[in-house]
Order: sequence, then C-alpha cells, then structure tokens
Amino acid sequence: MATTEILKTTNLQKSFSGIIAAEDINISVKEGEIIGIIGANGAGKTVFVNMITGYLKPTSGSIEFNGKNITGIKPREATHIGVCRSFQVSQVFMSMTVKQNLMIAMSLSKKSGSALLDPINDDILSKECDKILKQYNIIKQKDLVVSTLSQGMRKLLDIAMAVVGNPKILLLDEPTSGVSVEEKFGIMDIVISALKESGTTVLFVEHDMEIVERYVDRVMAFYQGQIICDAPPKQALKDKKVIQYVLG
Amino acid sequence: MQFLITVLLDGLIYASYLFIVSLGLTITFGVMKILNVAHGGFFAWGAYLASISIIYLGDNEYNSFLYYFAIFLSAIIVGLFFGYIIEKFILRKMYNEDIHLIVLATFGLFWILEDLILHVFGVDPLMPYYPAMELGGIEVGGIFQGVYSLTLAGLAIIVAFICWYFLKKTKYGKVLQSVIFDREVSVSMGINVTKVYLITFIIGGMLGALGGAYIAPTISVSPGFAIDVVVMSFAVVVIGGMGSVPGALIGSLIVGLVRAFAVHQAPILELFIIYAIMAIVLIIKPEGLFAPPKPRKI
Amino acid sequence: MFKGILKEQTIQVGIGFVFIVVLLGTFILPEWMSNNFMYGLSRGLAVLGLMILWRTNLVSFGHALYYGFGAYAVAIAQKYLGVTDVFLRILIAIAAAGLLGFVLGFILRRYREIFFAMLSLAFSMVLYGLLAKAEFLGSTDGMSISPSTMFGFELGRFGLFYFIGFVVILSLIFAHAYLRSSLGHLTTAIMDNEIRVEYLGYSVEKAIHIKYVISACLAGGAGGLMAAALGQVDPDSMVLWSVSGELVFVTIMAGLGNILAPFVGAIFFEFIRTYAYEFAPQAWQMIIGGTLLAIIFFLPGGLWSLFQKINPFKKEKK
Repeated sequence: MATTEILKTTNLQKSFSGIIAAEDINISVKEGEIIGIIGANGAGKTVFVNMITGYLKPTSGSIEFNGKNITGIKPREATHIGVCRSFQVSQVFMSMTVKQNLMIAMSLSKKSGSALLDPINDDILSKECDKILKQYNIIKQKDLVVSTLSQGMRKLLDIAMAVVGNPKILLLDEPTSGVSVEEKFGIMDIVISALKESGTTVLFVEHDMEIVERYVDRVMAFYQGQIICDAPPKQALKDKKVIQYVLG
Repeated sequence: MQFLITVLLDGLIYASYLFIVSLGLTITFGVMKILNVAHGGFFAWGAYLASISIIYLGDNEYNSFLYYFAIFLSAIIVGLFFGYIIEKFILRKMYNEDIHLIVLATFGLFWILEDLILHVFGVDPLMPYYPAMELGGIEVGGIFQGVYSLTLAGLAIIVAFICWYFLKKTKYGKVLQSVIFDREVSVSMGINVTKVYLITFIIGGMLGALGGAYIAPTISVSPGFAIDVVVMSFAVVVIGGMGSVPGALIGSLIVGLVRAFAVHQAPILELFIIYAIMAIVLIIKPEGLFAPPKPRKI
Repeated sequence: MFKGILKEQTIQVGIGFVFIVVLLGTFILPEWMSNNFMYGLSRGLAVLGLMILWRTNLVSFGHALYYGFGAYAVAIAQKYLGVTDVFLRILIAIAAAGLLGFVLGFILRRYREIFFAMLSLAFSMVLYGLLAKAEFLGSTDGMSISPSTMFGFELGRFGLFYFIGFVVILSLIFAHAYLRSSLGHLTTAIMDNEIRVEYLGYSVEKAIHIKYVISACLAGGAGGLMAAALGQVDPDSMVLWSVSGELVFVTIMAGLGNILAPFVGAIFFEFIRTYAYEFAPQAWQMIIGGTLLAIIFFLPGGLWSLFQKINPFKKEKK
C-alpha cells in the first residue's frame, strides 16, 4: 500500500565557507516509513534536517516532496505543505503555559486570515487540545509555565506542537536527547504510536541504538557529511562501516 | 571658495567636539552594552563646573593656563564623581535586566542630573568666554576664526590618539577589547569585569564632561542645553557603529560636515538631514558603518 | 472577533473605570484636576500602543512620531480642509498615523532590540526636523487648533471629554479583542521564540507588522485627541525625542499587566507632573526621574502590580 515516494533528495550538498557539512545526499523515502538517522556528532544529521525543513539553504542539489521541488523554501512554507519538525533543543514558548503553547500551535494550523482574530480560547479547540495533551501525557502540567518543566516534558510538548500541524512528514531532531533514561521509551512509545495512527512519515535523529532498533523501518547512517549506509536496522547495525564510524 | 572654507572650518570644529562626546558614549556602549542617556548629564555638568571655575578665576591673562587646568579638572571630577556613583549604585544592579530598562534608568538619571544643575548653579546662563577671548582670532582663507575653537580640533586629535594607543598598544587596552568582544569568555579568563565596567563608565563620563567643559567658553551655558547634544551623539554613534571607536570618528565627521553645510546652505534641512542619515545608515547597515566584530554564538 | 467581549471582566472594569474618570472630570473636580484626567486618558492611548509593542519586547524610542503625526494631521486638516468635526478629526489622526506606520512597518519589522529602538528614534527625529523648520506649519511655534464640533455644533470642553471617553472605550475593546485572539497571543510567542513561530507556519514579520500598525494607530489617535484637548500642536511638545521618552516612561511605570494600566499610568503621570511643577518647579524633572528609578528598582511590574494586590477581582494576567 505505502509505496508512493514522498521525499527525495538528489546530490544534496551544503558547505559553510568552504567547509563541507553534507554532500552527495541521495535518499528516497516512502510514505509511512519510519526512518532513524544515526551518526556521530558533526556527521551532518542536523544539517540534513535543517535543509529539508528550510532552515538552511542547500549549496547545491535538490529536494523533492511529493514530486514537487521544494529546495530552499522558507520554514513556514515547509510547514504549510506538511513538512514539520521538532528540535534538538526544545523550541517552545518558555514564558507561557503548556496549554497556551499547544493552543497557539493548533490555532495557527487550523485557522487563517481573519479567523486568527477570533479569541484563542474557543471551546472546541480547547477540548481537542486537552485530548492531545492527554495523549502525550502532559495533561497534568497543562497550566504550568513551560520554563518550570523537565527536559522530557518540553520535548514532548515540542513534538506535540509539530504534530498538530498535521504533517505529512515529520523530522524529529534527537527527540530523546537530554531526557532521562526512564522517560526515553515513554516518549517514543507515545510519539510513534500517535504518528503511526495518522500514517505520518517520520525521520528521526537518534543516538540511542536500542531506540533505533525498536522503532524504525530503516536506518540512514551519516559520517562526515555523507550517508554511508541506508538499510533496515538489523542489517545496518551489523554493517562494518557503521560499526567502525558510528557505533565504534 | 569662501563658502567651502567656512563649511569645512565649522564642520571640523563641530565634528571635533562631537567626537569627544560620542567617544565616551560609544566606549560605554561597546564595553557595557549600555546606551547611556545620562551622558548628556555628564556633558552639562562638565560645562557648568568648568564655567564657574573659569568665571571664578576671572579675566586673568597671566594665569591663562589655569583656565585649561580648570577645564580638564572639571571633566575629571565630574566623570569620577557621577560615574562612580551611577555605576556602582545603580547600573551595577541592572546588568541582567532588559536592555531597554537600562536605557530608561539612564534617562531618569539624565533628568535628575539636569535638575541638580538648576539647584547647584542656578538658572542664569553662564558665559565663561575669557579663554576664548584671550586667544583671539586669525584669518583662515579670508575667514575670521576664533583660535580657541581651532584648539578643539587639536584636542580631538590628541584624544583620538590616546584612545588608539591605549586600545592597541597597552595591556589594559587588550583586556578591554576582549571584554568588548565577549564578556562571558573574559570572565572565564579571569578578567575582573566589574572593575573594567566601573573604570569604563568613569572614563566615558569624563569624555562627555570634557566635551562640555571645553566647549563652554565658546557658548552661553544655560539649563537644558545638553538635550540636543545627547541625541546628536546618539546619531553619531549609530552612524559610525555602536561601540566602534573609528566609527565615532567617521560618524562625527559626517554629522559635523553635513550639519555645517546645511546650516550655511540650507538651514531648513539642519536637523532633518542628520537624522535622515541616521535612518538611512540603520536601514542599509544596521550595525553602523564600522561595526565592531561580534563573537559567533552557536 | 468581538464575540462576547462585553462579558469579559477586563472590558467591564475598563468601561467602569472610564465612566468614573469622565464623571469625576466633568462634574466633580476643578478644571485643573480634570484636565489631568482628560490628558491622561488621551495620552494613555499612545501608552497602550507602546505596551502592545513592548509585549513582543519591541520598545520604540520614537513613538512620538505617530503621536505627533496624528496631532499634525488634525491641524493640517483644519488648516487646508476646514475640518473641525471631532469624528473626522480622530479618524484622520488614526488613518494618517496608521498609514505612516504601515509604510515604515515594512522596514521596522525586520529590526529588534536596540536597533528597533534607534531606528524608531531616527524616524521620529526626521519628522521633528521637518516640522521644526516647516514655516507653513508654524515651525517651532506650531499651530493652534480651533474648538471641535460635532454635526456642526461646538462640542465644548465637557463634550470633548465624553468623546475622549468614548474613543478610549472603543480602543480598549479593540485592543482586548486583539490581545485575546490567536494573533494577539503570537505577540508573547514571538518574544519567546521566533523560530518556532515560523515553524508553526506564521510569518513573524507579518505578525510584527500588524502589531506595529495597531500601535501606530493608537498613538496617532492619542495625538489627535490631545491636539483637540490642548487646542495647540507644536513639535517640541509632540514630536521631540523627550516626548517619546516620556511615553516609554509611562509604559514602564504603568506596567504591562493589563490594558487598563496605560490609562491609570498616564493619569498618574499627569498628576505627578502638575504637582511637581506646581510645588517644586525647579525639581519636577528630578521627581520624575526619581520616580522612574524607584519603579524600575522597587516595582518592576509597574503601578498595575499594586492594583493586582488589592484587586478584588483577582484578575489573571492576560
């Protein structure tokens, strides 16, 4: 069933004043796939995510989404067409409450034009918001100001805010970094089950191989700006190069 | 030709005086990231203190060096006294606050310094013209020009040179530059930033006061005359690049010459043109013409 | 946009407050005291405009640009078009300032922090430089404004006071509707995290631009009302940087907590100024400067935080 190609990159390259951060990136992602991106620090994983989501403009090469060229679009345009992301360091509104954060995300994704001038506290949206907070297990904290939350909860909120935009493809940049070991699997269980339900394609950057093994369909391993292995997890984690450069 | 010389002379003299004042402002901003509105207060106090000293000395041509002594001493006293009090008891408690709040606090201080003047020196204008009268005037290219005003240009050059020498050639200058570049790294390198801030603020204040003290003999020193200078030196600093010393120099020259040109050629544009330049610079190059380098924060 | 807004407590309290001020001003208090209320209500609009900007941590050191522009728009409309109708006056003031804000907004929306403040200052001083030298507009002497009329009848001082109260109530309703909306909530969001706002799919610059125009309209309206109330416009008391400084000062003194705060703060400011000028003419700047420092150090939430402590309604911060 899920055989349509949703994302494709061709010879994607990015260099910063001569230093190459990513090169020859050719990938093809099918709808509904869940892909783990692994690699040491500085291997180019975040640069890759940033290029796809419009935060960085590729130096050369192209990105296609659903057959359309989206190379060099702006972040908000990426969001509009359904390419959403979360962040390595949670990008949430620190001085607002959990619920206000999610309400803003939801109203921006569901309303446009003059409807944005309607009160943010609308009952239907508010109920829906509570439902999502429950799903992400942060309902108890809904009236707390975000700056008082733990890293793990901020990550969950960060991801929830990306998910309510109804992404077709979601890029999660280290969803479990800075999160305690006990919380890690909890977060991933919540997130992945929610995303599988909606059939969203997911690419996530991850350091923890246990998580990679448990949740992904396919692994892409980065080393020095290039993809050195692109295979199902069982195969990839046994790959010689991966063991030497990524896991070693 | 005559016109050109007039504009050049007027412009350079005005630029010299603006440079001395703006240098103080830009150093304070560069090091402490404070836009100090109270700088105008330093300026006014310098002018008043120098004025009453000169008037006290009286018209006494045998001791004319005393005038200059009084001018410099006034600047030093004002800078030390108000600089110390303001930095130590007010600004030091605010460094973690929002930058706008700090500007507002210095705005409040400016009001206070202005009114203190009324109480200490009274409301009547002071005219300490003796030093200017004593030096007389000369003809430059057919234009009569007071010599005292010309020495202002000399002072500006000396101040610029000292500043350059201090920043580039001395150990303290390097310390200062590292604080300007990155405060946090400087702290971790063991630099006593608190002390650097205090000294910087005092020196900045002294320069502001020196500008006022030195210009006093050529003008009528009266309440409220500092207001225009504050905004004018803001314009200089913004045009040149906030925190940049060469920027203050170029900014003063631009503002001084343009203003002189406008005053003589198109008085209607006098005020407008300077702020128009300020706006244009901000639009094209927000960091100013000579923006100091910034550390890359990842 | 305005659904159910009259049922909201902020608006009910606001309308009550304006009614009390207007009644006090017109029936009970002597004229000099009542003037403070009238000027305070008018200038409070400009402060409200600054407060809305400040919620995104954008502080304009040149908001007198719009305040003065609105005031001069009223003066020019009178001189060249003979407009004295109070409705037209306020509309012209708001429209003129809004239009200017819309144009300059394309530039200013890219600026933050001290650069935003400085560019605002530069623009306001450009206008000052023009007005101070424009002889056909009275140069530094400014122009006088004839008494306002309504439907051809002279409005009188009381009538103008009622009208100001009416405009303030409308502005409160509008500002509250904006701030409670999704777009209004973006204001704090942008201050917290611009990147996230972009990734939520909304343009940060556009949100700031909208807010900037709203802020300019409010300041322009304040200028228009003040022109009518004072019967006079001039560059030194309406466009100079120190006027902008005063507006910023009142904003911080009032506090950012509530849309009523700007009006309370502005009235309070008028009183300090009048009293200080009356009883200590040589120290009124010192008193204002001292008040400013005292507020910054001891009352960071502004005067409004005092009200919150004794407020029987226990209003949540909006």
